[in-house]
Amino acid sequence: MVELTLPKNSKVGTGKTHPKPEGATNLKTFNVYRWSPDDNQNPTIDTYYVDLDTCGPMILDGLIKIKNEIDPTLTFRRSCREGICGSCAMNIGGTNTLACTTGMDEIDGDINIYPLPHQPVVKDLVPDLTNFYAQYASIKPWLQAETPSPSKERLQSKEDREKLDGLYECILCACCSTSCPSYWWNSDRFLGPAILLQAYRWIIDSRDEHTGERLDNLEDPFRLYRCHTIMNCTNTCPKGLNPAKAIAEIKKMMVERR
Amino acid sequence: MAKIERPLSPHLQIYKPQITMVTSITHRATGIALGVGTLLLAWWLIAVASGPEAYATVSAFMSSWFGQLVLFGFTWSLFYHLCNGIRHLFWDMGKGFELPTMRKSGMAAIIASVVLTLLTWIIAYAIGA
Repeated sequence: MVELTLPKNSKVGTGKTHPKPEGATNLKTFNVYRWSPDDNQNPTIDTYYVDLDTCGPMILDGLIKIKNEIDPTLTFRRSCREGICGSCAMNIGGTNTLACTTGMDEIDGDINIYPLPHQPVVKDLVPDLTNFYAQYASIKPWLQAETPSPSKERLQSKEDREKLDGLYECILCACCSTSCPSYWWNSDRFLGPAILLQAYRWIIDSRDEHTGERLDNLEDPFRLYRCHTIMNCTNTCPKGLNPAKAIAEIKKMMVERR
Repeated sequence: MAKIERPLSPHLQIYKPQITMVTSITHRATGIALGVGTLLLAWWLIAVASGPEAYATVSAFMSSWFGQLVLFGFTWSLFYHLCNGIRHLFWDMGKGFELPTMRKSGMAAIIASVVLTLLTWIIAYAIGA
């Protein structure tokens, strides 16, 4: 359902401004979304000042510095710090991206950081992605074949293998899905760009023998067709992939098989 | 333990407007405007069929400043929906999804719709409609 405003318990208030570090001259302002399940309060925006002279260049470096030196209660997910795990996906400067691969110099002025949009918040910058993962499971993201397994691997021509380029690189960080207005309003039934790109990755795989069933599963006014080619997904993907195109290819296959 | 009511993270409030979402929502808004505008067209047609007085009433409204504004908006809605509709046709064929192409085609749709609208009105006034 389209709900343009936030529910009452989700409205964001102003929060704490932490003091500037003493003697620092090269400061960057971080405005960070905060919410804790412990104190029964609405979310707030806390302000931190990070000394760039003693900090790494990436947004994630700034967040880790805040957590280490200013406020240990700040909560966020991070792991690989090189754009391959997808843990530190968040809304930075108005668009979704990975904190570890986004440089602080890419943002003019203050750095505003929110959790991935339109998700239930577990704490601070940590969204609850249970629904997202359940939707991923629903497309059966594994090879399904009826023919008996060959003694070695299932072979693929070079051309068939190339069809997976631009698809297998997806790290399921959920940046694209949570950038999609259609997904905001219909995430209970619409699968969203990330999951549809993953679905296409198996549909187009020459070794998979359940293409028909996979398409049947998507032939639904909501699951697939809530995509209206808005293309925020492609615009925001931190890995430079193209979910909008993958979805268009699925829609084409739906027409062609009639 | 009491169930915790998790807040919903901000979405429209904080997401940076960009050409992708702006052209998309405008497509939908102009679609609705065209639906309403078609009622105006129906009103005009019914007036034509009903006789000179009814026609005069509609004519007076259409040539008032407000009527002209509505017609201008209708013209632009029509052209924007047409231009952006052509983008959708290409997308349905799986073409034009590369980011630079998509941004260019979006700008092209906006500019073309404005140019076509102005051209239509200049011609309309020039021939004294």
